[in-house]
Amino acid sequence: MIHAATKGAEASGDSPLATDKAGDPILELRDISLSFGGVAAIKDVSFDILEGEIRAIIGPNGAGKSSILNVISGFYVPQEGRIVYRGARRPSLKPYQVARQGIARTFQSIALFEGMSVLDNVMTGRINHMRSGLLSQALWRGRAEREEVENRKFCEGIIDFLEIQHIRKTRVAQLPYGLKKRVELARALASEPKLLLLDEPMAGMSVEEKEDMCRFILYVNDEIGTTIALIEHDMGVVMDLSDRVVVMDYGRKIGDGSPDEIRNNQAVIDAYLGVVHD
Amino acid sequence: MDNLIFAAEVFVNGLMAGVLYSLVAIGFVLIYKASGIFNYAQGVMALFSALTLVGLMNGQVPFGHLINAIFGTQVHHFGWHLPAIVAIVLTMGVMVALAWIVQRVIFRHLINQEPIILFMATIGLAYFMEGLGDMMWGADIKKLDIGLPQGINTGIDSFTADLFGYGFFIDNLDIVATFIAAGLVVVLVAFSHYTKQGRAMRAVADDHQAALSVGVSLNFIWILVWSVAGFVALVAGIMWGTKSGVQFSLSLIALKALPVLMLGGFTSIPGAIVGGLIIGIGEKLFEFSVGPIIGGATENWFAYVLALIFLVFRPQGLFGERIIERV
Amino acid sequence: MFYREAGDIKTSYVDDGQTFPIRLDRQLYFSALIVAWGVIPFLVDDYWANAVLLPFLIYAIAAIGLNILVGYCGQVSLGTGGFMAVGAYAVYKLMTAMPEVNILIHVFLAGGITALVGVLFGLPSLRIKGFYLAVATLAAQFFLVWLFNRVPWFYNYSASGQITAPERTIFGVVVTGANSETWATYLVCLFFVTLAALIARNLTRGAIGRQWMAIRDMDIAAEIIGVNPLSAKLGAFAVSSFFIGVSGALFFAVYLGAVEVGEVFGINKSFLVLFMIIIGGLGSILGSFAGAAFLVLLPVLLKNVLVGGLNWPTDLAAHLEFMIVGALIVIFLVAEPHGIAQLWRLAKEKLRLWPFPH
Repeated sequence: MIHAATKGAEASGDSPLATDKAGDPILELRDISLSFGGVAAIKDVSFDILEGEIRAIIGPNGAGKSSILNVISGFYVPQEGRIVYRGARRPSLKPYQVARQGIARTFQSIALFEGMSVLDNVMTGRINHMRSGLLSQALWRGRAEREEVENRKFCEGIIDFLEIQHIRKTRVAQLPYGLKKRVELARALASEPKLLLLDEPMAGMSVEEKEDMCRFILYVNDEIGTTIALIEHDMGVVMDLSDRVVVMDYGRKIGDGSPDEIRNNQAVIDAYLGVVHD
Repeated sequence: MDNLIFAAEVFVNGLMAGVLYSLVAIGFVLIYKASGIFNYAQGVMALFSALTLVGLMNGQVPFGHLINAIFGTQVHHFGWHLPAIVAIVLTMGVMVALAWIVQRVIFRHLINQEPIILFMATIGLAYFMEGLGDMMWGADIKKLDIGLPQGINTGIDSFTADLFGYGFFIDNLDIVATFIAAGLVVVLVAFSHYTKQGRAMRAVADDHQAALSVGVSLNFIWILVWSVAGFVALVAGIMWGTKSGVQFSLSLIALKALPVLMLGGFTSIPGAIVGGLIIGIGEKLFEFSVGPIIGGATENWFAYVLALIFLVFRPQGLFGERIIERV
Repeated sequence: MFYREAGDIKTSYVDDGQTFPIRLDRQLYFSALIVAWGVIPFLVDDYWANAVLLPFLIYAIAAIGLNILVGYCGQVSLGTGGFMAVGAYAVYKLMTAMPEVNILIHVFLAGGITALVGVLFGLPSLRIKGFYLAVATLAAQFFLVWLFNRVPWFYNYSASGQITAPERTIFGVVVTGANSETWATYLVCLFFVTLAALIARNLTRGAIGRQWMAIRDMDIAAEIIGVNPLSAKLGAFAVSSFFIGVSGALFFAVYLGAVEVGEVFGINKSFLVLFMIIIGGLGSILGSFAGAAFLVLLPVLLKNVLVGGLNWPTDLAAHLEFMIVGALIVIFLVAEPHGIAQLWRLAKEKLRLWPFPH
């Protein structure tokens, strides 16, 4: 799309460390614990996400998957543990500062700006690439106008890629669910993230919509080289897409490894897969 | 020593003012809990009910001025005087009718809207009712006397005179108002805990969907809640109307109750009571001690600034529930 | 048939991003500007200026300001009256302290001072939301009015407690005080309205405007994708208060000439401007104009028809005005939360397809 592919396209996923495209850890969670007023949501969870991989987080409802993403986004502050991002320990940051470090995400229940057009939603994702001052914007001269056009071009590229050109001027509130999910991905991609967090990107979609979404995710990972962490309930999708999988249950990590390892992990089967595979 | 005694008198007066603030604030809390509507019109409801009460007692012709202006007639009074208790019952009837109309015409169409839209709608409602009240009963200041005792309480005056050598000035009306307000709170709490409708009201407050699923009629509950709020407004209207006449400024008690709510939390009846007392006492003591130095009339803003500072540190108020945000 | 975008093809993102992408809209806009700047100044008389035009223009500035905060950024404020008072008293102090400086500069400075005060009272918006914030802004309203009423320094220790605008000129033409030229006061207000509308439009279609709307539509998500809520919200408070301060300064210096703060800038002023943007349209510059025009014209109309035509007593007409305004607020919130501006948009949409709606 915009950038040349930087990583190999083949996903082998035999063992956690042997994926041929993965590099150093981009993000490590170490001993993270999070609780709300005494109720523990995450207990002592550690795992890492390697540069260039697709990392899936799975587990039953209420296992603490979304809480993990919220911790990574800086929205929840864990009581214990630390986060290492690109080799350095990350101090306690506000969510918008995390975004500036190159972490973008989508949400489980769509969190688009409903009153704005699709284009404006996507342009909002470029926020950290726009630097013009108040005066320049007020007069619509110089830097402000230039930046607006440059970023518009970039966003049009993403809009083309995600095949949502026909709705770019439509208000988001008027869109159907599947398209909203796509717009949300577009908004996240607009920020050119180094790490992209997807919270159930395919929940509630039809088979065709899921296939489209998988295609987009794989393309982003392969061609742009964006590292992706995703939460998903559809096991078929998870096993096909991801390089490595973390399994959560009751706030704890109960499994971690390649899709094949997870499929054969007894603890995981007991807690989760056993239920799914009747 | 003298100053301390004055301060004590100010304290007691503040306490009584605070009780009335609490009373208005409770009206807000009731509607807010059950329907998520922050009812700015609560103060105007008090004004409207007091106007209606006086109008009924004096046998005034509703919309007299309007009728005269259109038809060139000279109708003003029916020529009867209703006893207070009858007029109060009739006024309550009017308030229930009003609750029904408000629910039916406005809020039924605003279900699931954002709270701030509902809030602005109640501001519109307040304007409408203010115009309506004046249109029905005229805008002149009216005296309201339903036989509540008024004037200095001689008992307290002589008691404190003996004790401190200085007689406290405490109005009988304030004392009565305090007892009535306290009684009203007890009745409301008992109503919401021990009657079927009260339980339904609390159920709706807790979770609309769940309440619906066990067969509670939301429509009925909301009309009920607005009626109860109308009743609270009537009581507040009687107290303030008796004290300082029924006039436009009565509707401003809503503005007094807002900081009480911010302090106490919008969802808590104990919060409304404690918040009301803190603000009643606080503003009187502040005016007494700091007011003279900085120009007086600090009561206009003290409550707000206090609540504002407080909120910055504890956004959910004293007794409000802590909100855990999710995405 | 007449109102079409077909054939009006955009070949660059600059063209596509302009304020009026449709040709007829552009022509309408420029004709309105020409009439306002080139025709009305020659026709305007005292009655029209004082009863309709000046209040309309000045309220339009305030409405644009409040709309930025409420309609675009989603932070409801009930402190508009207080902030207008800041503008009025700031311009008064500046005019009397530095008589030699041009009044236009004073008006800008007054806006700047109001922006600072606005930021100060906007700070709680970082912790509290929705109507908690709305109620909190009442603190600004009551405190500021009290301040200007009770601290004599603000009204230069005048015996009446009022402030009165001294005579000031622009290019030798008197624009403030009792001897001001009507056409000149009109042009001063028009100048500021035009500027306010342009700036507001530019801000709201660019990066800052998107940050505001993101905060309005979903503040948590906005923060997670990178909007700094502190700078976005305080920026909205600052810009909004700037416009409101300018309108307060003009309201005092150019329109009324003398002001008693409690009467002119009381809480009713806050509600009036809020009603203007609800009726006109939340999140719309055009709506700010429409709402201001509507609520300025309504009382004039009622007075002419009821008092002048039907011989009603004035107080009755005033009560009816309250009822109508209140009812309209509710009706608009129920039926068309985006106000007159949205009705206008829908009408244009119909017109675009006419005469073949399918």
